[in-house]
Amino acid sequence: MTRWILGSVAATALLTGAAIAKTDVTIGLQLEPPHLDPTSAAAGAIDQVLYANVFEGLMRFASDGSVVNGLAKDWDISEDGKTYTFTLHEGVKFHDGTDLDASDVVFSLDRARAEDSVNAQKALFANIDTVEAVDPTTVKVTLAAPQGSFLFNMAWGDAVIVAPESIDDIKSMPIGTGAFKFDDWKQGDSITLVRNPDYWGDAATLEKATFKFISEPTAAFGAMMAEDVDAFYSYPAPENLAQFEADPRFTVLAGNTEGETILAMNNKQPPFDNKLVRQAVSHAISRQAVIDGAMFGYGTPIGSHFAPHNPAYVDLTGNSDYDPEKAKALLAEAGLPDGFKTTLKLPPPSYARRGGEIIAAQLRDVGIETEISNLEWAQWLEQAFRGKDFGLTIVSHTEPMDIGIYARPDYYFQYDNAELQKLMADFDVEADGETRNQMLQTAQTIISEDYVNAYLFQLALTSVVNAKLQGIWADAPTQAIDLTGVSWSE
Amino acid sequence: MLRYAIKRLGSLVISLIVASLVIFACIEVIPGDPASFMLGINAQPDTVAALREELGLNASLSARYLSWVTGMMSGDFGTSYTYRTPVAEIIGERLWLSLPLALIALGLTVLVAFPVGILAATKRGSWADMSVMGATQLGIAVPNFWFAMLMVVLFAINLRWFSAGGFPGWENPAAALKALTLPAIALALPQASILARVMRSALLDTLSEDYIRTSRAKGLTRRQSLWRHALRNAMIPVLTIIGLQFSFLLAGAIIIENVFYLPGLGRLVFQAISQRDLIMVESVVFLLVFAVIMVNFAVDLAYAWVDPRLRGRA
Repeated sequence: MTRWILGSVAATALLTGAAIAKTDVTIGLQLEPPHLDPTSAAAGAIDQVLYANVFEGLMRFASDGSVVNGLAKDWDISEDGKTYTFTLHEGVKFHDGTDLDASDVVFSLDRARAEDSVNAQKALFANIDTVEAVDPTTVKVTLAAPQGSFLFNMAWGDAVIVAPESIDDIKSMPIGTGAFKFDDWKQGDSITLVRNPDYWGDAATLEKATFKFISEPTAAFGAMMAEDVDAFYSYPAPENLAQFEADPRFTVLAGNTEGETILAMNNKQPPFDNKLVRQAVSHAISRQAVIDGAMFGYGTPIGSHFAPHNPAYVDLTGNSDYDPEKAKALLAEAGLPDGFKTTLKLPPPSYARRGGEIIAAQLRDVGIETEISNLEWAQWLEQAFRGKDFGLTIVSHTEPMDIGIYARPDYYFQYDNAELQKLMADFDVEADGETRNQMLQTAQTIISEDYVNAYLFQLALTSVVNAKLQGIWADAPTQAIDLTGVSWSE
Repeated sequence: MLRYAIKRLGSLVISLIVASLVIFACIEVIPGDPASFMLGINAQPDTVAALREELGLNASLSARYLSWVTGMMSGDFGTSYTYRTPVAEIIGERLWLSLPLALIALGLTVLVAFPVGILAATKRGSWADMSVMGATQLGIAVPNFWFAMLMVVLFAINLRWFSAGGFPGWENPAAALKALTLPAIALALPQASILARVMRSALLDTLSEDYIRTSRAKGLTRRQSLWRHALRNAMIPVLTIIGLQFSFLLAGAIIIENVFYLPGLGRLVFQAISQRDLIMVESVVFLLVFAVIMVNFAVDLAYAWVDPRLRGRA
């Protein structure tokens, strides 16, 4: 009798398990968004939760980083490259039931580029001259000068389309056009999205998605092991990854990010104003030792400020091979045979704190003494970034395609090179894809051969995912967890 | 009793004013700008300036202090720089977790410490006393975050009785209580150990007093003299410790909140500091100071209740 009951219980469990596939997902994230407006803060967590799920732009990033149409069904570029005419999809509704039309696009772009705009990436819109609504589904954007990266810029999370009706409450009640609607935010705990039944495109498979915020690495381990969360995006404790890999319940996704991790040098502060010294520092560092020691082997060495998975990438790691003897010789040539002393300011992420210790040891081997200070982000921004009070610092630049920062002489590492500035200005207005790629390659080579910074590695993205969950992006072409294509395999 | 209470109230108000000044002064000098934190490393300087203006960070220090203090008197703690919602609302939500958690933990503490402490004191030198002393020593020595992690491994990962953390909200009280169980135990363990030891030694002190011998001499049983005289007099140090423990549990649960990823006050302050959400930090810290002062006030009143001599002294 008991056996029979147990047997039927097991059978029922099996049957219901097979019949009702799971339609909700819980994703662990280390950082919580400060608020829910992707157009007025730099916090990556805002885009991770909302980009492509709740908010959409005219264009969007696909999982491989290519730019595809979003709310724009079609677009057309004028002969002179200055006028972009976007045709919007018809029947697109915001989550509050109002229709999306051209005037919303005008509002969103004008808001982002306004005088008092607080858009963290305002530069994306700097080249826009006028934005007009031609008819309800046609928007004409006129640029001050041709700009090859305009469509790319329009795919950013900072360029999503918002509505004037809902803008006042956007920070706590985001109203977008995406396949998921914002449902609930338990501050400090979780954000819940639900499927948008009126979505204009292909409906999402998941009915509900919860993002759970777990900052402590040991808690992340517990939550994953107890299966409280179905996936942990950018898992914070790389030391546990081998254990997850060995467990059949989980899959470990190792992908690329747009994060060039660099040892930045203050190009205006002696002795780093001397190229020989910068070159010496670059040769003193073993990238592989940093990747193995600080990142548990995850990360791809880079030799310039450019992502290896981009088609325009050139491998320039050979310019700065690990060669301590050469580094010493270069220091001697620069008039510093006994080395020198400098500061190394480290922001909180583990790539900086762990990497910093290894780099300090490697620099000591060639005679460069570093005084390490561990800073919080706010302190780092104040001292190193704004105050330019540092000799060396380690930071990962996570924005996609950000080599343009080398053309800003007031940027924190203070690199001032007219040739590169001209090149990047030309690049901005160049529309031809092949020429653009060549220009990017030239730019990579210039900064690599000028040893502006020591280029360490491309930050890897490692996520732990339930083995039955499909469609989570392994790579991060932008800070996004696009759930529109995610489903359970049973 | 009334005079005593009024005098205590006076010193309470002065403490609050001084606290508000000290908190504001200390927190405003921390380097770091909330606007640049929000906008990250690609933002242009004019955008940061626009955000500073929007947040009202360009006003003078004294103007900001005054608007903060006068706002607080009417229950308006200002608007968080990062969350952009009223600070009072956020704190209110977090209190719904921190306050019950502190109360449950304190309840567990008292529930364990009282009987254990009394047992150890009355059976002084026995094996029961020895094991209480040993166990409480261990309870104090074991770091509570480590104990918390062990509980997660056992109850969440292996036995699957509990979630590894998180808080479902009070819509479902049973689930909410369940989510607070492991954190409350982790918080209560060291506190109960401390309180049991305090209880034991306080009771041992009073048990050796003359009035206990007198009460026995006039015919009370051991048990009667314990309950009527010894315990009541032992309560003064015990109440002091309980008051301190409550304040500590309210704010000091940061580590346990992190281990169990609970949205409590401790984690709120921790995040607010790193994001330079100064108004949030100031308000939470002030609120905690307020709570500590209020608890101490309540403890003072409780002293007067257990010790009639204090009432007249004022």
